[in-house]
Parts: sequence; C-alpha cells; structure tokens
Amino acid sequence: MNAVQRTAPLSVLLGAIVSGRGAIISAAAIAFSGIGKGERLWLALGVGVAAVVIGAGIAFVKWRRLTYTVGEADIRVESGVLSRTARSVPYERIQDVSLEAKLLPRLFGLVAVKFETGAGGADDLALQYLTAAQGEALRRLVRERRDEEQAAPTSADPAAPGAADDAEDSKVLYALTPGRLVTFGLFEFSLAIFAVLGGMLQYVDNVTAIDVWNVDLWRRWLGEQGSTVAHLGPYVQVAAALAGLAVLVIIGVATGVVRTVVRDWGFALTHSPRGFRRQRGLLTRSDVVMPAHRVQGLVIGTGLLRYRFGWHGLSFVSLAQDAESESHVVAPFAKMDEIGPIAAAAGFRLPDAATPWHRASERHRTVTTARDAAPFVALTIAAAIFAPFGLFLVPLGLAVIAVGANLYAWEFRRHAIDAAQVYASHGFLSPTQEIATRLKLHSVEIAQGPVARWGGYATVHLGLAGGHFAMHGVPINEARALRAAVLTTISATDYSRLDAPLGKGESQALSAAQPGFSANLRAT
Amino acid sequence: MDHAPALTSASPPPEDEGALTKLHPNYAHALRVRTTVTAIPVLIAALVVELVLRKEALLPPGVIAGPVLLIAVLLILRIPARRYGARGYQMGADRLRVVRGLLFRSDTVVPFGRVQHIDVQQGPLERFFGIATLTLHTAGNHNASVALPGLGEELAREMRETIRSHIRRETM
Repeated sequence: MNAVQRTAPLSVLLGAIVSGRGAIISAAAIAFSGIGKGERLWLALGVGVAAVVIGAGIAFVKWRRLTYTVGEADIRVESGVLSRTARSVPYERIQDVSLEAKLLPRLFGLVAVKFETGAGGADDLALQYLTAAQGEALRRLVRERRDEEQAAPTSADPAAPGAADDAEDSKVLYALTPGRLVTFGLFEFSLAIFAVLGGMLQYVDNVTAIDVWNVDLWRRWLGEQGSTVAHLGPYVQVAAALAGLAVLVIIGVATGVVRTVVRDWGFALTHSPRGFRRQRGLLTRSDVVMPAHRVQGLVIGTGLLRYRFGWHGLSFVSLAQDAESESHVVAPFAKMDEIGPIAAAAGFRLPDAATPWHRASERHRTVTTARDAAPFVALTIAAAIFAPFGLFLVPLGLAVIAVGANLYAWEFRRHAIDAAQVYASHGFLSPTQEIATRLKLHSVEIAQGPVARWGGYATVHLGLAGGHFAMHGVPINEARALRAAVLTTISATDYSRLDAPLGKGESQALSAAQPGFSANLRAT
Repeated sequence: MDHAPALTSASPPPEDEGALTKLHPNYAHALRVRTTVTAIPVLIAALVVELVLRKEALLPPGVIAGPVLLIAVLLILRIPARRYGARGYQMGADRLRVVRGLLFRSDTVVPFGRVQHIDVQQGPLERFFGIATLTLHTAGNHNASVALPGLGEELAREMRETIRSHIRRETM
C-alpha cells in the first residue's frame, strides 16, 4: 500500500458548493441594492455562478496537487499548487487519528481525517476529504503500523492477540441518552444567542437602511415604550422587570439545550484493548480514537449548579486536543460512580477515603480573601464618603460576598500525593480535580511571590504534557517534600520508556517499574 | 477533614535543598549593561520633558530629570547585583535545579530523563562577556523550556554534554 493516493474526487464538488455558499451573501446584496438597475438579478446570478466555477477550479487544482502516501514507517502528504510542501509524519508520533464529518461532507459520505501529533491546531496533518470507508481503513492501518513499531523492540505487545478486530472486543463505557442530554443542556446556560443576534443586527445594518448603531433611534424607541411603562406604576414595573429576567433565563437555558444537543448528540465512549474511541455530534459528527497509554492526566470538572446535583465532567489530558479545549472530553455529564470505571480503564485511580488530602495553608486563604475583598472595601469607603447615603451598602455587600466565596473556596483547595499519583483540587464555588501520574511529570517548580514567602507557602507547578497541573497554597516544607518524592519517581524512568502501551489490567503507574504501588487498583 | 501525617516528616534528600552554585561573575556585568541600555530611553524621555517644560518656565530646572537619573543610577548599581545573588543552579547526578527571581522566586527542577532537547545560546552581549545560556526543553506545557543564563561558555557546553550523555545512556 505504498502507492501515491489522492483524496476523494467528491471533495472538488464540495469545494464548489462551499465557494457558492460564500457568494450567496454578496449575490443577495447585489440583488437588493441599486447596482445595475434592471439587470441586477442577472448580475447577482452571474456573481453566484462565477463563484461556483472559480471555487470548483481552485478545488480541482488543489485536489490534483495533493497526494498522500501511506509508507512503511510514515504517512507523507505532498500539497501546494505553486509552492510544494511535503510533510512526513512517523506512525509512532501520531497521538490519535480523528475522523470529523461536518454536515455538508456528511451528506456526501465524506470525512476529514486528522492525524494528531501534539504539534497542535494548524500544524497537525489533515486530509480533507476521504470517503468514510477510506478514512476508517486508513485509521485502522495507522493503528496497526504504530503498534507494530512499538511491539518490535519489546516483542511483547499485550494488545496483540485478537486486537486486529477491535469491534468485537470493545465495550461501551459511557453513552449519553437523549434524556440525559437534555438534562445536561439545562445546566449549560448560555447567552451566546445574543452575540449571534448582535452579528445579525450588524448585517441588517449593512444591507438595509436601518442604522442600528444610531443611538437616537433606540432612545426614541425606548422613550415611546418607557412612557407607556411609566404610566403603569411601580408594581407592574417590577413585575415587568422580573418577566424580562425570566425571559432571559428561558432563552439562555433553551440556547444551552440546543447547543448541547447539537454538539453531543449520540455521545458514546467505547473502550477496547487498543484504547478509547469517542463519537459525538448531531450535525458535525466526530470520531476520535485515543490510545490509553497516551493519557497524561485526568481533569474532573463540574459547574456551580450541576455540582449540587452530583454531576461532573471528565476530560483526558493528552498531547492531542479538542477544537475548543485543552483536553479531550470523554464524559461531559456523569455521576462520580460512572467516572470511576472510565478512569480505571485509562489506568488512573480516583481519590477515595484513603487519599491523603492536605489542605492549602491558612495564610494563603487569608491572603487571597484579603486580596479579593480589598477593591470592594476601598469602594465602600469611597462611597461612604462621597456618594449619597446608603449607596455604600452595594460594594460592602460585594466585599462580604468576596470574603464568603474565598472562605468557601478554601474548602476545595487541596492536594495529595500517593504512591503512584498526584492530586489537586481547586475552584471557587465548585471543585475541579486534577489527577496525574507521578511518572508522567516532566518538571517540578516551586514558585513564591513576596507575599507567599512571607506566608510560608508556595505554588507547586508540575510539568504535564498537554496540560497544566498546579497545587496552590502548599506550605513550603510540604512543597519541598512533595518535589523530592515526585523527582525520585521521575528520575527512575527515562522519557523514551513513558509511552509503552498499557497491558491488560495494568495501570499508568505500572507501565514502568514503580515501587510502592498500592493494590487498590487491581480490585477495580 | 482527615489530616494525613504531614509530608514534612520525610526529610528531603540533600540533593534538592543543598547549596546553590553561583553563576559566572560576568553575568552580573552583563545584567548591568542590559539594565543601562533599558534605562537610556527613559532618561532621554525625561530629558525631553525637562526641555519642553523649561521653555514654559513652570518648574525649577532638574525637577524631573534629576529624580529619574537618580532612580536609574540606583537601579543600575543595585538591581543587577541582587538579581545575580538571587540566581543559582545545582547540577545533580540526574537532575538540574534552577533558582531565580528577586520578588517572585521560582525554584525549578528538571530531571535529565525528561529533557527533550538542549540549547546553548549566546547573544552579542553574552559573547562579549564569554557567558552563555543553557536551555532545557521538556514536554510539559508548564516549563516547556527552562533557561539557565550566565554560565561560563565552556561550562555551558560541558553541562550540555553531560546531560546529553545521560539521556542517551538511559534510552539505550
């Protein structure tokens, strides 16, 4: 399979459609404007057709000039119309292969294949578009080649038997039912629709004669409405304000539900000996595969409200990433007892009663509280002196809230280290937990500002590939001991041995010789 | 909240807390030159303001440029020496520790086993003073590169070789 190949010919058609779609707006603008009088409809049509033809031409040339070769050791892509680029990615450096089908390509049965190497974003290799079957075959091939390479030196690939057909071996770890999805959406309150409306207003402004940025227009309109409201009396005004707020909340929640359903429809996480596979999306369907041994850490996030109902979200930290976030979301909305098995499958252990949590330093709490409340206190003093009586209560209330929130946040600010993993937890009104393997850390930094030095605490930054890991407000002696402990583990194993694939029932910590591993994981 | 036995009970190995090695003395000179170069535009700006105001005859002469000059001289005399004093490193058997920062102190340890690649850089100023910057790159997002400036040129190369040989040995 060393032949030079091209992407699917249908990509040309897709390029033409996309280009035509881009021209619709300008064509419409011409059709509704005064240009060219009677013939303006023809002019608009001409612009549209020209866009489609030019788009098709460019897409065709690009398609002709882009070839890829699936070689013995790497994938090569040669592209470029005038200046040619040849890029080669060795199999062993490919973190994962994701298939993404946006709505339009999906209608034609096409997918975009992305090879994630950790280079990030635009630097990653992508082939748009292949047919769905081609994409699937290519992904399988990459995985096989990669595992062969890794198996060669060690000659004992634990995943080898029966792994060629992983469809049979895989089991669904987590899936979002439509009911759960809607519940999830209720917590994803979003006012993004107003940004969209703002954009549309701008567009209306460009196309029509209504000048939406004209303040007088709005003032006049508000004045008309306002005088009506003023006649109604205070109770009705309050009721109207509350109704307005309620409408805002309803719109926000509805937007959240719609966005969530579109993004996470049919969310399924499956696990096989080769790793994890995540599929999601209603319009844009994406299909991502991640080998378990590439997972560097876990992030368990939650939200202000959903935390009160026991809902959490799990993400994998790795060199590959989702479009909008640093990590791969693998369980966006789950109870803790559902997250446990997923973490275990990735070789991690969730903190439990035996985890030796340590609190952040109390001085750290005092300092952050004072720091956050100080501006409000200053405002309160200023308001008490200069503003009309009573107004100072507003910043005073905010100051009290700041103090309360900080005292509460201290409840979540904890860190722990055990034989195999490090844990950190932080957050204002709900906790975010980070878990990483001691072995897969790359550096340890103890950072102290002037206040922290006075307070005898420090921030411990741990170098994590593909993510950040920090413990805040750690008493300095603890921080030093922690660093010493982590460094002993790190120094025992060289970087080149980190990426060995996990065996069955093996944990992240065991993928190299690691003394002092507790037996808890075997029980899971 | 169940408090586990304090982590402090385990006494850290001396390797992480031992005495730091000072940087090359020329590093302090290089810092001083750099501070001076940064101060020059500020001084010029102060002089310009001074000249403009002198035409207006609002303030007694030297009321702006004087203090600026004084502060600059103090900074040039004092800060480089203190920064030099705050910096240091410690070369362990399998790790490098870099300490820096006057106000915001940072104390970083990079194990050789996690080094991706190593740079030795010299700017024109550093070449003049015969010093170099050793930079270790790791795969972590935080501390993706840890720089240790102000090493003697020879020493920087030596350290690079030491770290490199260490990586190679462990890989094989």
